[in-house]
Amino acid sequence: MSQLGIVYALLGAALAVLLAGAGSSIGVGIAGQAASGVVSEDPSKFAKVLIMQLLPGTQGIYGLLVGFITLSKIGLLGGGMADLTPQQGLLVLAACLPIGIVGLISGKYQGMTSAAAIGIIAKKPDQFGKAMLFPAMVETYAILALLISILSVTNLQF
Amino acid sequence: MAVLQMQKVSICALKRDRKQILEKLQSLGVMEISQLPDKEEGFETVSTQQERSIFDKNAALADNALDILQEYAPEKASMFAGLEGKKLVEKETYLAAADKKEAVMEAAADIVGLHKQIAEHKANIQKLDNQIETLTPWLSLGIPMNFGGTRSSAVLIGAVSGVLTMDELYALVLGQEEISGVDISILSSDRDTTYIAVVCLKGEEEKVENALRQGGFAKPSLMTGKTPAEEKKALEEQVHRILKEITDCQEKIAAHGKDRMNLRLIADYFRTRAEKYEVLGQLPQSKKTFLVTGYVPKKAVPALEKALKEDFLLSMETEEVPEEEEAPVLLSNNGFSESVEGVLTSYGLPKKGEIDPTTIMSFFYVFLFGLMLSDAAYGLIIFLGCFAVIIKFPRMESSLKKSIKMFMYCGISTLIWGILFGGYFGDAIDVVARTFFHVEVPEGGMIKALWFVPLNDPMRMLIYSMLFGVIHLFTGLGIKGYMLLRDKKYLDFFCDVVLWFVFLIGLILLLLPSEIFASIAQLEPGTFPAAVSQAGKILAIVGVVGLVLMSGRSSKNIGLRLALGAYDVYNVTGWLSDVLSYSRLLALGLATGVIASVVNQMGSMAGDGIFGAIVFIAVFVIGHVFNMAINVLGAYVHTNRLQFVEFFGKFYEGGGKPFSPFQSNTKYVDVKEETYL
Repeated sequence: MSQLGIVYALLGAALAVLLAGAGSSIGVGIAGQAASGVVSEDPSKFAKVLIMQLLPGTQGIYGLLVGFITLSKIGLLGGGMADLTPQQGLLVLAACLPIGIVGLISGKYQGMTSAAAIGIIAKKPDQFGKAMLFPAMVETYAILALLISILSVTNLQF
Repeated sequence: MAVLQMQKVSICALKRDRKQILEKLQSLGVMEISQLPDKEEGFETVSTQQERSIFDKNAALADNALDILQEYAPEKASMFAGLEGKKLVEKETYLAAADKKEAVMEAAADIVGLHKQIAEHKANIQKLDNQIETLTPWLSLGIPMNFGGTRSSAVLIGAVSGVLTMDELYALVLGQEEISGVDISILSSDRDTTYIAVVCLKGEEEKVENALRQGGFAKPSLMTGKTPAEEKKALEEQVHRILKEITDCQEKIAAHGKDRMNLRLIADYFRTRAEKYEVLGQLPQSKKTFLVTGYVPKKAVPALEKALKEDFLLSMETEEVPEEEEAPVLLSNNGFSESVEGVLTSYGLPKKGEIDPTTIMSFFYVFLFGLMLSDAAYGLIIFLGCFAVIIKFPRMESSLKKSIKMFMYCGISTLIWGILFGGYFGDAIDVVARTFFHVEVPEGGMIKALWFVPLNDPMRMLIYSMLFGVIHLFTGLGIKGYMLLRDKKYLDFFCDVVLWFVFLIGLILLLLPSEIFASIAQLEPGTFPAAVSQAGKILAIVGVVGLVLMSGRSSKNIGLRLALGAYDVYNVTGWLSDVLSYSRLLALGLATGVIASVVNQMGSMAGDGIFGAIVFIAVFVIGHVFNMAINVLGAYVHTNRLQFVEFFGKFYEGGGKPFSPFQSNTKYVDVKEETYL
């Protein structure tokens, strides 16, 4: 029996976590630099800019989510690994790709948008609600990708 | 659900009463002063710049003194001090402090002066420390630094550059001309300097010095009549004395700790007076009278009139806010809905002619927030936490209180959704039962979800998410329709609202019986009768034709009108993306549940037994705190987004000016007053 199927499936789970997590860490990193700059001038804005910094962190969580669902789908968590053909393995891999790739890219750009929104907070702290919206716009696409990844993984029938 | 109606009030009164009347207005805090657009004949404003700057300076001095006090005699503040809000004081206490203002300001000046003295002392200590530092290399010298020598001998004290040994030093001196003899002692040496004392014959002093100069010899900068050790001791005594003075100053400042309350009251007193004079400087005054105009909420007008006419001789006129002026906006909502006012404010207050969407929004807000977090245990924790804060800090600042109330309601909603979807710390109950009690967990978990588990049936959840989205969006469109009807724009109502409803409902009816929907909803094709599809077709066609014909009605040119209409129909893609946007309800709900499961699973990996339990508890607490924090943030952000972008996008612009009444904007205390709002 070929083990290649499970390899592909695991690769998919790994890519989902890895790419989306990388995207989030880039994004949170970019936003964090801007946040530190603001706090060095005005420590009282700490809570607000921290929230802004966290916004690009969700892609990593979505990646984790898909990775986890995939692992439990292929039975890696509960023991009794599923017997996958290479074809089925590739199906799982494909299902994981949306959140991985979109997570990477949107995480980075959400981080840049967050950094700009932190600039709004530095100058006009009362515009917090609006400033928060811009990064949230970017996140929409990560959510759409997450949706397709989840739906594909859960609906695959082995 | 309302924007409070404003009225414009003009008060004309005697000039001699002006300060008392302004004080009354300020303490009532119901009027936003507006400036008269053009100058009236015989009226002019009187500058109060000077008085204002004195009051501002006094307030700043008191603030400064309070900061210093906090530094030297810190007041214990709990971690939650930020939630406590301003203290309420009786009016008598406030007035009593105001009577003592000279004494209190003296205390403030004293504190600031002492603080300055301490700074000076510290600078002096720094200077003395530097001197001691420069003395250090000479400490082993037993004679005064400026010792000239005896009758026949001379002493040269100084430093040469470089670390030189005794031999090198002798070579340096004796290598030059004829010098009969010297005695060199090395006092100390550091990285690049050697400190030496040289004894020679008085007659050869110059030659020796010249010889030493070759080696970079320089006399010390500090010359005293004492030996370095004595000098150091004297300096240290001086430092000690100054340190004692600093302690004295600090004690004196700390002794002012009892003045803290008075300083706060006085700081607020001067702040209030500065504001009063700012308004006073804007008022047009004639020889005997003055005018003040402003916006007052309609329901506060009678109380204002009564309060003023009781004490003063004046004339007060009330009129509706003129068409061309934009009245400031003050929201008034019931106890539940007012909690989301902060969210609305951060988007923008309703502008003129718009209704206040707070009430409708508040229900959707709480509903959607709970749906995104959807974990009963998290909901309960949020609810209890916010409830405790509200009970414990009754004098919390009002906008903060509203936000915390909002989260409290959202907590309740989260709790309910959690029960419906069967999430209690994710699947914690099942995991604990399986790991520690070895119970066979039945299908569907120990506690059955009241409705269904989204993770097991994501398609169903997706459809419900979109259904909630459609309801939310249709409500928004409905509000737009209501506003158009209210303004008697019937044609606009028909074309922009009714036709869209017809078109969209038609499209939905067309979609329902289709195969795609059947496969998503896992329904048998043919569940819906053919009539549904037929009705949908008719509605969609009526809608689209109507839209093409009517949307471009502002344009006279037929061709352009049809083109604009067709373009408007293209907005249906906007509706599609808006509805799809509600899929985040599913995604965020799943995120909470799945990460909670990951946490539980990780905790249970150490197996059962005492050690396993300890690991489980540690992982459980840390993991769930993290998960809750990140998901509350996510739910907050995305609920806001759904409200701001999808919902408000249908009908609401915002951009109203907030009502900022002339009142006592204090920093530390609130003075008890009767209010009429």
